[in-house]
Amino acid sequence: MFHYVLSRLLWLLPTLLAMALVTFLVMHATPGSPLDPVSEGANPLSPEAQKNLAKYYGLDRPLYEQFAIFVSKAVRGDFGYSFVYKTRTVQEIIAETFPISLLLGSMALVLAIVGGLTLGILAAVYQNRTWDYVSVSLATVGVAVPNFVLAVFLIILFSFVVPLFPTGGWDSPRNWVLPTVALALAPMGIIARFTRASMLEVIRADYTLTARAKGLGEGPVIFKHALKNAFIPVVTLLGPMFAAVGTGSFFVEAIFRVPGMGRFFVLSMTGRDYPMIMAVVLTYGAFLAVMNLVVDLLYGVFDPRIRY
Amino acid sequence: MASSIRASDTSVGRELGPSRLDGLGGPHPRSDAKGVSAARSSSLWRDGVRRLRRNRLAVAGGVVVVLLCLIAIFADFLAPLPYTKTNFSRLNEAPTRAYPLGTDQLGRDLLSRMIYGARVSMLVGLGAQVIVVIIGVPIGALSGYVGGRTDLVLTRFVDVMYAFPRLLFVILVMSMLGAGLTNIFIAIGLTGWVGIARQTRAQVLAIKEKEFVDGARALGAGFGRVLGRHVMPNALTPIIVAVTFGIPEAIFTEAALSFIGVGINPPTPSWGQMVGEGQQYIRSYWHLCVFPSIAIAVTMLSFVFFGDGVRDALDPKLK
Repeated sequence: MFHYVLSRLLWLLPTLLAMALVTFLVMHATPGSPLDPVSEGANPLSPEAQKNLAKYYGLDRPLYEQFAIFVSKAVRGDFGYSFVYKTRTVQEIIAETFPISLLLGSMALVLAIVGGLTLGILAAVYQNRTWDYVSVSLATVGVAVPNFVLAVFLIILFSFVVPLFPTGGWDSPRNWVLPTVALALAPMGIIARFTRASMLEVIRADYTLTARAKGLGEGPVIFKHALKNAFIPVVTLLGPMFAAVGTGSFFVEAIFRVPGMGRFFVLSMTGRDYPMIMAVVLTYGAFLAVMNLVVDLLYGVFDPRIRY
Repeated sequence: MASSIRASDTSVGRELGPSRLDGLGGPHPRSDAKGVSAARSSSLWRDGVRRLRRNRLAVAGGVVVVLLCLIAIFADFLAPLPYTKTNFSRLNEAPTRAYPLGTDQLGRDLLSRMIYGARVSMLVGLGAQVIVVIIGVPIGALSGYVGGRTDLVLTRFVDVMYAFPRLLFVILVMSMLGAGLTNIFIAIGLTGWVGIARQTRAQVLAIKEKEFVDGARALGAGFGRVLGRHVMPNALTPIIVAVTFGIPEAIFTEAALSFIGVGINPPTPSWGQMVGEGQQYIRSYWHLCVFPSIAIAVTMLSFVFFGDGVRDALDPKLK
């Protein structure tokens, strides 16, 4: 077990290095440079000024040297100053915005798991009855409709038609509700579909019949015997789910004006903000990798047949 | 109803020679195959169509898909106004008789822009799948059929591509290539083939061990003939299913990219771009983002219903 965790954590390093390298290469292969003027059609900086700036940021060095410098600094947690927000370091920006995205993502994930399991169980227990249709259609809408479209519908419904929640912002928990729901619906739909399928299988299994035969009520049969086994395939979904919630968040954050990390996914890339691009991709990649490890360990907890 | 299948079929068919899939609508003419397998194959497709027809949701989805394709093709005749026609005396107007869905920030007719937006969505949805299939199927087939070192190198490559957060990679590629319809094709093609390659490889791996493949080889069929005529036709079902689900995925990607502003270049209208621009004014002018949102939602749902139907029809075991 210890060895397993250790080796997985050690594997993290080459993975992140490969991610950094690919991002670095794509980023530098992109036409346009951080030294180009920010606003469109503006006069470019004079060649001398460009030279000085390139020197200041180390952009005049050969690429392999730039990459080596980046890695040696990044290992110490130093990503340098942002090219766009020139007075702030990348670490500052990430430290300020990442926790917000993390909170939003975690709330969405909890809602997705709880909601998805509930819908899936209801659908399986009441197969081919009203509850089944309600949950399956909810799940399908969640899976099929992009979250920024869902966000628009949520705002119309719950901010305008029934003014329950504000249209955006992040000041109070009341602001958190709509973005969380918008972000949660897609993973919730996937979890619900999987739970339904695996519950249907488990409910017909012999051990469920045994549980019923020994006189257990419907509650214990479903929750103690069926759900425990039906949950195993659902756990494998959680890894990709983190990725979905992570990338999904920048649309939701944009619509609900959440001051999270999501907007830097796009802004840093279109703004050629090299240090920011690297930091965002690596933060996201590292987070995903750690979460995948957690999910794999959880898998062992839920399925005792698996040993590491 | 069959139009979307047809469209995706041609993309698959291009790989494998014509007439491979024509049997979807009727008996499958297959001159070179043995009698038994021809009969089985044609009844698989016929069964599939029958099962698909019985699935009411899938039929509804298919009808909407056909309608959307027609709207996209005949946009020039259907749109009441050109999508660039501005009317600065009637900006951001709510739906009226003259402008059934209202006007946008530049006084352009929203209905016309939505009709032209269908063109972008359908083009991306169907067109990107052609690229995905052209890249993904040969790589997967080669990887699975040749095996050995080729397989090892290709699967490693596929795994690395798979590990990348897909949307992030697409955005990265788009910011590299710049906005525009062709670049969206390239970006989706470059990232989307991975799934199909995996699927094809798994299928080919399983099928190449079957006796009829040995039989073909024993009769003296060469590499290309065995792979193209005997292995691939039997590997088609999951590929078709993957393609039908790839279409809404590509449509979603285009909408998402245009929503952020790195997708379709204005003034060409795209639903995603209209939602992205309109949602900033949602408080004052709700119609700007609501109608394109509905269009995206309906399109995605139709494709998913249709895709679910195709999957259940072609592979009843999967249900």
